[in-house]
Amino acid sequence: MTSSVLFDAPGPKTRVRHRIYTVVFLLLVVGALYWMYRKFDEAGQFEDRIWERLTGENVGRELRKAFVGTVKAAALSILFALVVGFLLAVGRLSDHRWIRIPCVAIVEFFRAVPLLLLIIFLFVFIQQNADFDRQTNALFALVGGLTLYNGAVLAEVFRAGINAVPRGQSEAAYAIGMRKTQVMTMILTPQAVKFMLPAIISQCVVALKDTSLGFACSYTPELVSSGKRIAQFDGSYLMTFLVIAAIFIALNSCLSALAFYLERRLARRGRGSARAAEEVDAVLEAG
Amino acid sequence: MDAFTDNWDIIWQPLVRTLEIVLIAGVMALVVGAVLAAMRVSPVGLARAIGTVYVYTVRNTPLLVIMIIAAFGVPDLGIKPTVSLGDHELLKFDFFFISATAALGFYTAAFVCEALRSGINSIPLGQAEAARSIGMTFGQTLRFVVLPQAFRAVIPPIASALIAMTKNSSIALGVGVAEATFRMRTLTNNYAADLYVIFIGFALFYMAIVALIAGTSALLERKYRVVR
Repeated sequence: MTSSVLFDAPGPKTRVRHRIYTVVFLLLVVGALYWMYRKFDEAGQFEDRIWERLTGENVGRELRKAFVGTVKAAALSILFALVVGFLLAVGRLSDHRWIRIPCVAIVEFFRAVPLLLLIIFLFVFIQQNADFDRQTNALFALVGGLTLYNGAVLAEVFRAGINAVPRGQSEAAYAIGMRKTQVMTMILTPQAVKFMLPAIISQCVVALKDTSLGFACSYTPELVSSGKRIAQFDGSYLMTFLVIAAIFIALNSCLSALAFYLERRLARRGRGSARAAEEVDAVLEAG
Repeated sequence: MDAFTDNWDIIWQPLVRTLEIVLIAGVMALVVGAVLAAMRVSPVGLARAIGTVYVYTVRNTPLLVIMIIAAFGVPDLGIKPTVSLGDHELLKFDFFFISATAALGFYTAAFVCEALRSGINSIPLGQAEAARSIGMTFGQTLRFVVLPQAFRAVIPPIASALIAMTKNSSIALGVGVAEATFRMRTLTNNYAADLYVIFIGFALFYMAIVALIAGTSALLERKYRVVR
């Protein structure tokens, strides 16, 4: 039994009570699952006609294309966001006020605006000012929006990571005569990266989920839009989107497993780094 | 500015719709999140497991997918309630509003749960042990030592979750709810020349809600500050 601030180690009577609670919970869960099964069954969601189509060749091809489209948009966005985030973080840590203040404003603005609003704006903006075909335009709007938003979040992650490096490090570097740029590139950034890796991967999960907002600029192929098309053909939104959700969960689980592995490796290197990583994590927005 | 002054009649209703979504989903998220957090820190293993699975599933699924399941998938099961509290347009809640708001509430609940749980976990075990050793009962330990400290620790992450929820409320547009971002999109089609004004205007609306939540959080944090 793990000890907790909320309750004491259970004695024999309490253990019996806990066992009763477990049984009650089990009954509730089984009851809820059975109710759901009945509902699904009554609505004909388990009929072969739905599943034949969902496991068919056409749907498979569509989903593969959509998978590639989703991963492409997410990967491009994270790549650009890392660059934008790094530049903004360095700008925000600058000693010159005329660099620092615009960077703060940019970061705060893009963190506060709903991503969907930003994507719609960019889509119309590109439409008005450039002559791309519709799909290129949609890709630019989606990747642009994701880059600006994630870049602003990552800027905060980088800044927190660089600030988490003990002060003695930069002081020592200055003391042996390094310049500001040298301190940043040779001393602070390499050490900060290990604090930031788990937070960066968490942000990758967010970016991957947010590619679904491509619907606002009709970006295709993409998992959610493909799901809609598939659902319209065979008429089961429920089953199709449970499958889509499962794909997203599987994809994100791989990323989360990577983050977990990195976090464990960091934790092994002493408590200091784990705490610093936690501090960096705190600037990530929930959701 | 014409886009706003000429169309105020059709703009203010979507803005109120967004406020409705934020309010209802926010209350839902706090209540469901508290129940989930209680499950995740409870001594009953099965309750902990259910809470963990819920949070893991929701965190790894896009909100839009959850909203689509709620708005287009659930009616397949023959469930499609609507609520009407009065004659006014804003007091009528169609099924898409209800499902989108519920999806947003249950989605945010996972993040509220994590905030509450990490707040409770942030309290060192020694605090409870010290309280017991000076003779406090279990109830007193919770009331005077554990919960006050936990409350202070959870304010910033819960505010962060609610801010994210406010921004996420725009995704309700994806299932056809006529909220603020929906109106912004139609306006940009009709007033192409005013694109910047429209974008900044609606962004300011969301920023105002965000600022309100952040300000309340800062006030509460200052009021319940504990010296450690």
